[in-house]
Amino acid sequence: MPAISFQSVSKTFPAKSAGSQPFKALNNVSFDIAEGEFFGLLGPNGAGKTTLISILAGLTKATDGRVLVHGHDVQKDYAQSRRMLGVVPQELVFDPFFSVREALRFQSGYFGVKKNDAWIDELLTHLGLTDKANANMRQLSGGMKRRVLVAQALVHKPSVIVLDEPTAGVDVELRQTLWQFIANLNREGHTVLLTTHYLEEAEALCGRLAMLKQGRVLALASTSELLKSAASNVLRFKLNGQLPEALASKARITGRIVQFPAKDALDIENYLAAVRQAGLTAEDIEIRKADLEDVFLDVMAEGKV
Amino acid sequence: MSGWRMLFYKEVLRFWKVAFQTIAAPVLTSVLYMMIFGHVLEDHVKVYDAVPYTAFLVPGLIMMSVLQNAFANSSSSLVQSKIMGNLVFLLLTPLSHWHWFVAYVGSSMLRGLAVGMGVFAVTVWFAPLQYQAPLWILAFALLGAGLLSAMGLVAGLWSEKFDQMAAFQSFVIMPMTFLSGVFYSIHSLPVFWQKLSHLNPFFYMIDGFRYGFFGQSDVSPWVSLAVVSVAFLAVSILAIQLLKSGYKIRG
Repeated sequence: MPAISFQSVSKTFPAKSAGSQPFKALNNVSFDIAEGEFFGLLGPNGAGKTTLISILAGLTKATDGRVLVHGHDVQKDYAQSRRMLGVVPQELVFDPFFSVREALRFQSGYFGVKKNDAWIDELLTHLGLTDKANANMRQLSGGMKRRVLVAQALVHKPSVIVLDEPTAGVDVELRQTLWQFIANLNREGHTVLLTTHYLEEAEALCGRLAMLKQGRVLALASTSELLKSAASNVLRFKLNGQLPEALASKARITGRIVQFPAKDALDIENYLAAVRQAGLTAEDIEIRKADLEDVFLDVMAEGKV
Repeated sequence: MSGWRMLFYKEVLRFWKVAFQTIAAPVLTSVLYMMIFGHVLEDHVKVYDAVPYTAFLVPGLIMMSVLQNAFANSSSSLVQSKIMGNLVFLLLTPLSHWHWFVAYVGSSMLRGLAVGMGVFAVTVWFAPLQYQAPLWILAFALLGAGLLSAMGLVAGLWSEKFDQMAAFQSFVIMPMTFLSGVFYSIHSLPVFWQKLSHLNPFFYMIDGFRYGFFGQSDVSPWVSLAVVSVAFLAVSILAIQLLKSGYKIRG
C-alpha cells in the first residue's frame, strides 16, 4: 500500500469577483508515493504544489478525486490520515501566547499523545532548540520559528513527513542541520514529501520527483532517470556582449553567464563557432554535467499546458 | 488526555495568561456601572417590592458580564488564530468538529463564569441580595454562558478581520444586552418596547437569572428557560455545522 496516493485530484477555486474566471489550481493529478520514499514535488510558483499539500493535509478540499494516506481517505477518514501525517506549513506561523515547550505539548495533546516530554526533549536537541525551550515564541528569530514548526510537525511521531518549502529564507547552517535530521528520519523508515525551490536540495535528497506546472504533472520519475533524460553535458561560459536571438533562445542566461545543453563535442564546437561568428568572445569556458535545474527548465519549457 | 481536553486547557491558559485584561478589567467595568447607576437611581427607581434598586441591578450586571465575556472569548480567540495563521496547527490535528465545539465553548463559558463570579464577589457587599432559587441562578448562568460562547464561535468563524468581529460585538451583542433589562424592568417600558423586548433572547436570560435571586420576574422562569434552551440548541447546531463543513477555515 502506498504511503500517499493522489487519485485524479482536481481543485478549482471559484472566481474571486464577477467577471473573473474560476482558477483551476490542480488538473487531474495522480501519482503514488511508496512507504519510505524521499519524494520531491517541484514546480514554479503557482504550479499547485501547496494546493496539493493542503488537500493532503485536509486544509483544503479537492473539487474532484481523492487522496489516501496509508489507505485512509483524507476526507472520510481524516482522524486516521492526520495522525499519520506531520506537516510543516510554508508560512512562518506561531502562537504568540506560548513558549516553545508549551506549543509542543499542546500539539502532542491535540493528537492524544500523553507524557511526551522525552520525545519533545529529543526533538529540541536535534533541532538545536534546547536553550529556547522556555522562550516565548515571539522572542525567536525566523530561523528558530522554522525549527519549532518542524518540531511541531513531528511531535506525534507521524510516519509521513510533509515539508512545504521548509528552507525558504533559512540560513545555510539551519538548512544543513534540518536536512541531516530529515534524512535520518527517512533512513529510519519515514516517508518524506518535500516541496522546494532549491533544486540542488531536491537533487541531493529526493529519490523520486514530480514536476508540476499549471496544475498538471509534467514529469514523474526517479531523480537519476530525470538527470539522464537531459542532454548529458552543459557548456558554460561568460560573454562580453549580447547573444543573437537565434542562439539566446536555446541558452540559459544568468547575467553574463551563458549555458547551452550539449550532447557531444560537435555540439560544443558549433556553439562556440556561432559565438565567434557573432563577433563575441567567450571567457571562462567550462563543460559540466547537466543538473536538475537543467532538467527542470527543459521540462517547464517543453510542457506547454 | 484526549485531544479536546488539551484544546480546552490551551484555550483556558490563553485567557488566564492575560487575566488582567480578560477577567479583572470586565469585573471593574461592572463594578463602576453598579456604583454609578446604583448611586444615581437608588432613590428614584423601584422595580420589585422590597428589593432596592442596587440589589436589582447586581444580578443583571453579573449576567451581562457573563454573556459579554463568554462571547468575547471564543470570537476573539478564533479570529486571532485565523489572522495570525496559527489556526493551521489545529486544522492539522485529528480533532473533530465536536471536539472543537466542546473545547471552545467550554473554555469561553469558564471565562464568562469567572468574570461573573468576580463581579458577584465584589458587588455582593454593596447590596442585600436574596437567593430564592439557586438552581435557577445556576441554570441561567450556564445556559447564558453556553449560548454566548456558541455565538462567539459562529462570529469568530464568520469574521475574517478584527473589524468584522468588533462590528458584531458593537452592533449586535452590546445593544441586545443593554436593551435586555439589565438596568430596568421591562414593565417600566411603553407597551411597544415591552413587546420588542420579548423578541430579545437576552431578556429571558437576565430575567430568569434574576428570578433565581428574588423569586420575582417579568415572565415565568419556565418560559425563559424554554426560550434560552432553544436558542442555545439552535446556535450550537449552527456552530457545529459550520465547524463540520470547515466554513471559512478549510478552503
